Amino acid sequence: MREITYRQALNEALAEELERDPNVFLMGEEVAEYHGAYKVSQGLLERFGPKRVVDTPISENGFAGLGVGAAMVGLRPIIEFMTLSFSLVAFDQVVNNAPNMFMMSGGQFNIPITFRGPNGPAHQLGATHSHATESLYANAPGLKVCTPATPRDAKGLLKTAVRDDNPVLVLEAELLYSSKGMVEPPDAEVLIPLGQADVKREGSDVSIICYAQTVPLAIAVAAQLEEEDISAEIVDLRSIKPLDEATIFNSVSKTHRAVIVEQDRPFCGVGAEVCYRIQKNIFDQLDAPIMRVSQEDVPMPYNERLEKFVLPNADKLMAAVKKVCYA
Amino acid sequence: MQRAEQRDEVEMLALMLLIRRFEERASQQYQAQKIGGFCHLYIGQEAVVVGAVAAVRDDDYIITAYRDHGHALARGTSPNACMAELFGKATGCCQGLGGSMHFFDKKNHMYGGHAIVGAHVPLAAGMAFASKYREEDRVTICFFGDGAINQGSFHEALNLIALYKLPVVLICENNLFAMGTSVKRSTSLKQIVDRAEGYDIPGDIVDGMNFREVRDKLSEIVTSIRKDPHPAFVEIRTYRYRGHSMSDPASYRTKDELEKYRLDDPIIRLRAQLTREGKLTNEQFDALDKKAKETALAAVKFAESSPELPVEKVYDYAYLNGPMEPGRPRPADLEQKRREGAPAPKAQS
Ligand SMILES: Cc1ncc(C[n+]2csc(CCOP(=O)(O)OP(=O)(O)O)c2C)c(N)n1
Repeated sequence: MREITYRQALNEALAEELERDPNVFLMGEEVAEYHGAYKVSQGLLERFGPKRVVDTPISENGFAGLGVGAAMVGLRPIIEFMTLSFSLVAFDQVVNNAPNMFMMSGGQFNIPITFRGPNGPAHQLGATHSHATESLYANAPGLKVCTPATPRDAKGLLKTAVRDDNPVLVLEAELLYSSKGMVEPPDAEVLIPLGQADVKREGSDVSIICYAQTVPLAIAVAAQLEEEDISAEIVDLRSIKPLDEATIFNSVSKTHRAVIVEQDRPFCGVGAEVCYRIQKNIFDQLDAPIMRVSQEDVPMPYNERLEKFVLPNADKLMAAVKKVCYA
Repeated sequence: MQRAEQRDEVEMLALMLLIRRFEERASQQYQAQKIGGFCHLYIGQEAVVVGAVAAVRDDDYIITAYRDHGHALARGTSPNACMAELFGKATGCCQGLGGSMHFFDKKNHMYGGHAIVGAHVPLAAGMAFASKYREEDRVTICFFGDGAINQGSFHEALNLIALYKLPVVLICENNLFAMGTSVKRSTSLKQIVDRAEGYDIPGDIVDGMNFREVRDKLSEIVTSIRKDPHPAFVEIRTYRYRGHSMSDPASYRTKDELEKYRLDDPIIRLRAQLTREGKLTNEQFDALDKKAKETALAAVKFAESSPELPVEKVYDYAYLNGPMEPGRPRPADLEQKRREGAPAPKAQS
């Protein structure tokens, strides 16, 4: 194992998959000559050439659709959105073409495509540039959605996504690109299955269910809770869809209390789905109502203090945990 | 006549200087972390918006992309309100809620500030549709970058604009790059203006470093549109001196290229024209520049000392008159209760 950044981990995953399968190509805005707006594709053009690492004009709907078409005839595209906020321009291709084709064609056309890029609010980018898209995409049957929080998960999930025979969204955490973590050396194949949550910290009093940018938040809050004698278990979903019910249920059956913290907006969100499944399946295990910490249900303001107020934060998470623990 | 024009041009030069000095200050304040998010500077392109504004009426509609500080300033939004917006303050042109990429100023007919590339071009079609619908002789001026012309929304909008003969001037600010992608690498055309031909919209190419050329071409077009509504497309060739945004070192282009354009600077050029014609002395120019610098500095001070919105205010801007869910207090009602002295009910989440 060695320590690398989340960005490097994604870069390695892309390089390894491009190396492994000649049908894989990477396409998107500024991915080649500029090495990616967030430098995730650093060095790939030099290594794999312009046929495999392809710059596009600002035409998300066009190149996302190009990816779907290429997948219909046997290629395995990796389509980068400069940020997932811009994927909304390509919503029709991602939501209407990619996941529906298999059903509509009676199973003739599966679409092995990966859509990826930074997702979720970053820092003061304003309403148009701060979308967390996981619940939008998880809402579409036929799409798979994962949201890695650590370098190792980023590498393992992206590699798995590229090999999946269905459309997969790898929603990267923009604020975590420079974060570091331990990952196996390049020659060890890191593959993390979709639909497998990961207990990032064991605990006994409350389960904090989180993903992507809320994982480091939960870890920080768990340390604070420790000082107040509350032992929090942290369940990182990693995949939003498929959802790993077993890991969630195991944890909540142990702690009997659950708080879900999501980076997305509350209405019809990931938290709502997780909450539904817990109460439906293990209602008797619960000692308190499930709490949810999400964004406020408003478009994102630019002002820094207002943005912080809208986002999930440590204070809100602490308060929610204390409430379910009656502390 | 002669004198009016003379006064006008000096005023327009002053406006270009204001935009330049404002943005130099903004750049400095961004580096000092007083400004957050993304910040795209317009330095080098000033003659485009100032030339356009000089050619239109104050009540014509203006809409642009995210490189929008110059457009708001040219439209008459106060430098204080612009700087305060960058600082995220309540005194900003959008109360600090929009930020650098989302400047709006309804009073001055500046309709944004739009940060999704190409997404505002259909809006321009809608604004022009409304003026035609109401039988006004207003013109909509829609600015966008060379990167926007490959978006689906742009193409759909152009067809609609042409089909309905809408009074829109489509201004492509061709600064040769969309982030690190040169027009040559993004666009399958010899020249951008040819895009218009495909939609049967008349097109022109204008030198965007020359204020007079921009103004005169726009005047001609706008006059024609007012007589009989129709679209027009102008490719205005310009150059941005800075990186795409504050975080872009712009290593995809050469120093020589940048220097070439700097020598052709729109401010230097108009100054030289006016000086040559005896309409501007060096002392006058220096005074204008000094004033622009002072205004920009004063805007920073204003922004610094301005208040921010209280955090609960965010709930007031998801919907006019507050959330729609029954039983949920509307911000207006909360305000009313507060005024009446009752303890404010807690907002639900
Ligand atoms: C739909 C969409 N895709 C990508 C982006 C990211 N982005 C912001 S500006 C930009 C380049 C635009 O260049 P251009 O239109 O030429 O305008 P300029 O920056 O030169 O003013 C890109 C790719 C975006 N804002 N919206």
